[in-house]
Amino acid sequence: MNGAKILLLTVLLTICLPAPATTTLESFTFTDPGGEQRFKDLIAELRCLVCQNQSLLNSDAELAHDLRAEVYEKMQAGQTKAEIIDFLVARYGDFVLYNPPIKPATYLIWFGPFVLLAIALLLLGFALKRQRRPTDQKPISGKDRQQLDQILGKPGTRTERDS
Amino acid sequence: MARKLRYLVPLAVFLLLAGLLYRGLSIDPKLVPSPLIGKPMPAFTLPRLQDPEATISDTDLRGTVFIMNVWATWCVSCRAEHSTLLQFAKTGAVPIYGLNYKDQRPAAQRWLQQLGNPYTVNAFDADGRTAIDWGVYGAPETFIIDRRGIIRHKHIGPLTVEVINNEILPLIADLRSEKS
Repeated sequence: MNGAKILLLTVLLTICLPAPATTTLESFTFTDPGGEQRFKDLIAELRCLVCQNQSLLNSDAELAHDLRAEVYEKMQAGQTKAEIIDFLVARYGDFVLYNPPIKPATYLIWFGPFVLLAIALLLLGFALKRQRRPTDQKPISGKDRQQLDQILGKPGTRTERDS
Repeated sequence: MARKLRYLVPLAVFLLLAGLLYRGLSIDPKLVPSPLIGKPMPAFTLPRLQDPEATISDTDLRGTVFIMNVWATWCVSCRAEHSTLLQFAKTGAVPIYGLNYKDQRPAAQRWLQQLGNPYTVNAFDADGRTAIDWGVYGAPETFIIDRRGIIRHKHIGPLTVEVINNEILPLIADLRSEKS
């Protein structure tokens, strides 16, 4: 193998593209038209407990296969999304949900960012207010003022050289 | 005072954050707490591993403190756990029941024959449905059930001598002293 081929192979081996997230690994058949989409939407919201950063939709873990089949059967039996979610939460806890319910234990994740934002805005407000507050410097006397205006080149106090 | 706060507030925020992150280092995200603790064990009726004609169900197990160990021959950690389990069974401290999870019956029977059998009875859960009801997401997992059939503890991962001495035996002593 020449150098270029080895380089190409190395690059190709390094780039491991993730599998498209919209395909499940088994094929389930649905008689009603929206069924497949509802099934996929639901299992995309459920976390696989084995590969914890993957949803049931795209995990290849054995348990994910079983749970997908379980969800499919329940949907075919006419169970609602809420019923299926309750079934899984009763067994695996809120951890199976990518979308955690709002309850005291999750207040921090749901409202924490807004609290932080409010604190940040409050601090910003204080800082701005302090900046705008007039300083307690003594007023400048007439002579100093004239000199200052001259240096700053304010209109009305122009010297001959300016005109 | 305001000047002092200017230094103390960021320090406090830093310490809080550092504390949280430090705590996070010792939390294993693979250990998902079971919502079944404190709840009755899920109902099941399964064939026995050693005797396919006979069944075992949750009602057979009521009235006694026992351990339910989820295992399979395809599970490497279960092999690591097995000798500990055997030793523990020999002490006779508590009956150990097995839930043979998504396994092949001949392989599981051979395993017990070759490595020894710590289990009082094994339930054979070929399709893993019962395991899903128990919230199992891997093997080995070990449940401790009290006399009223309530799940009181779940240990995820292989049992070790330390786990048995520090977690399981004290709890079993407590459960035994409870009135049923």
